[in-house]
Order: sequence, then C-alpha cells, then structure tokens
Amino acid sequence: MSIALDIFTILAVSAGAFFFFAGTVGLLRFPDPLTRLHALTKADNLGLGLVVMGLLPQAQWPLDTLKLIAIWLFALLAGATVGQLMARAARRRGPTP
Amino acid sequence: MTLALAVDIGLALLILALAGWTIAVRDTFASVIGLVAYGLLLALVWVRLAAPDVALTEAAIGGGLTGALLISAAARLRRTEAAARAERPGALARTLAAVLAATVTAALVICVLALPDPAPTLAPAAVANLAATGVGNPVTAVLLAYRAMDTLLEAIVVLFALLGVWSLAPDRAWGGYPGPPRHADPDGILAWLARILPPIGIIVGLYIFWIGADLPGGKFQGATILAAMWLLVIGAGLAEPPPVSRTWLRVLLVAGPLVFIAIGFAGSITAGAVLAYPEGYAKPLILAIEIALMPTLVLTLALLVAGAPQRTPPR
Repeated sequence: MSIALDIFTILAVSAGAFFFFAGTVGLLRFPDPLTRLHALTKADNLGLGLVVMGLLPQAQWPLDTLKLIAIWLFALLAGATVGQLMARAARRRGPTP
Repeated sequence: MTLALAVDIGLALLILALAGWTIAVRDTFASVIGLVAYGLLLALVWVRLAAPDVALTEAAIGGGLTGALLISAAARLRRTEAAARAERPGALARTLAAVLAATVTAALVICVLALPDPAPTLAPAAVANLAATGVGNPVTAVLLAYRAMDTLLEAIVVLFALLGVWSLAPDRAWGGYPGPPRHADPDGILAWLARILPPIGIIVGLYIFWIGADLPGGKFQGATILAAMWLLVIGAGLAEPPPVSRTWLRVLLVAGPLVFIAIGFAGSITAGAVLAYPEGYAKPLILAIEIALMPTLVLTLALLVAGAPQRTPPR
C-alpha cells in the first residue's frame, strides 16, 4: 500500500513539475501579456494542485494535510486575482510589444 | 551527494545569481522585483538553516513590506528615472565606489573565514535559562527578556521612520489623509479579494502573534500580516486610512513603546535593573509588552506603506 502511495506521489509531483516547466516556457516564449498570464496561471493552478495532491498521502492527517490544501486554495485565490488585475492593467495600457 | 545538499547548492547559486541581477539591472522597478524575489529565496535559505523565526520575518518584512515600500518609491521615481540615468558619475567616483565596495566585501569575507570553529555561541545559556522567562520559544526569550533593550529601540526606530515619512507631507496636507485618493471599482476583483481575504488573514496574523511565545512567530510577523490586510482594504477603496491628526491614532502609536519603557523602568525598582522582570512575573509582563506593541506595529507598518499625508484633513 505504501509503495502504491509513493508511486502516486512521484507521478503527481512530476506531473506538477511538468506544468510548472510548461508555464515557465510559456512565460518566456508567448508573445503578449495576456497569453503569458495564461501560461503562468495554469502553472499555479494545475502545477501546484498536482504537487499538493501528490504530497497529500505523505502528510500527517489532519493538520498537515489541511494546511497543504489551504496553501493550494490561497495560491488559487491570489493567482486568479492578480492575474485578473494584471490583465486589466495590460489591456488599459493597450497593445505593447 | 545527497538530495538535500543538491537543493542547498542550487538555492545558493540561484540567490547569488539573483543578487547579481538585482544590482546589475538598470530599471528601478525590475531591480525592486528582483529584491522581493531575493527576499523570498532568502526566507527559504533561513528555513534550510533551521531558523524558521528569521525566515518568517524575512518573508514578511524583507520580501513583503520592504517590497511594497520600494515599489511605491519606484513608481514615484519613474518620471525622473531617465534623467537620473543620463547622469553618469565620473571615473574617479566610480573607481572609489568600486574600491569601497570591494574593501567592505573583502573585510566581510575575512571576518566570516576568521570565525573560530565551532563558533562561540550563547545558545545553550539561552535555552538553559528559558524557564525563568516563562516563554517556550528561545527566540522570543532573547527578544523580550535577554535583549529587551534591542527590541525596545527597534520599536522606537520604526516609529521614527513613520514620523520621517509624515514629515514629507506638504503644508496644506498636514494632518490629512495618507496617500493618494483611491478610485477602485467597488464591484471589481480587488474589492472582492479585500472582502474575502481579511477575515482569514486577521485570524492567521493573530495566531502567528500569539503562538510566538512558544513556537516560531511573534508580533512583527503577525503585525505585518494584519497591516497587509488593512492595506488591502485601503487599496481596494473600501476604507480610508485615518487622517494623521487623529488622537486615537497617535495614542496607539506611542502606547506600545511607552508601555515597554514603563515596564522597563519599573524593573529597576522591582527587579534591580532596567528592563529586568521581577521573578515569576516575566511571562505576564512580556505578554503585556507584546499586546501593547501589537497595535503600534500594525499601525506603523501599514501607515509606512500608505505614505505621507497628501490630502487635506476633514473640516
């Protein structure tokens, strides 16, 4: 059972790391602020979500587990809000190279 | 090579590279962002060095508060930045600056390398006398019992910094509202966040303040979180910062240091030394100081970021 959980952790955290990698590539390569924000928020939402999900079986129930989930939810909240604010600022300023 | 060592080396290289970039980059705003990221990485370094108290402070003050102050400073400097960049110091000035910086760096390197191994430490003595202070966290014991003088001066220095910021107010705005007027959308996403986050943030801030007696945490870290929540509400346009002429504001600002000084001088009568606590009363007195300092710190930190009064006081 614990081996299965360990394998789950490795798979989920690796998938999360892949999303962070993809998000970073997108941040560096995409042409304008809106698409770059899109890449970045995907990394935050999915990447961190997968990392947290992968770590859940390793964390101590209940406090550590709940803390991990809370961290993910706060990152979601902050990422979504800041993404909106930056996108709005970028749109106000108009298209810039 | 173990995994932990690989992480440490990667962290060290990353932080050095970021430090170099922060100094080398020409744009003020980019450099400030570099410093904020540097502060957060530094917090990770403190965690790796098993110093969670310092890590919390670094993340809150070094990354968050200083970052917010510097970003608003960079925004104000934006108009004059091109002119400032066009001014290039002469060869002599640059050489002198380079020599000075190199000398300071060399002196620091020599000092660090010359440290005896193992380094002299008071940690065992600090832990051995922990019971006398009544608190469980040795860092809190150092800050409020062994080295209370440092903490007292620190609290006063932050207050003076606020007075310095206030003194930049133009005459017509003296006593008025800090910072520029905010025109945020009342139905916007920032206003939404400013409604949803503070209830959680206030609990976390108070928890970190309270837990500081026994575990990593304390008034500075807790006060930063509370100040951030208040600033979020101000920034979203949901509340006004108080005009700096308000009496309750000024009373709270000086209450913390005054209580600290009063307890400190009372110690010279009851315990035989300034800032000493009579036997058995250390914990309640430390708690009284912390509780009195907390509102002072929240107000000071938030108003530092809010800035100098820029609008006229209400009639």
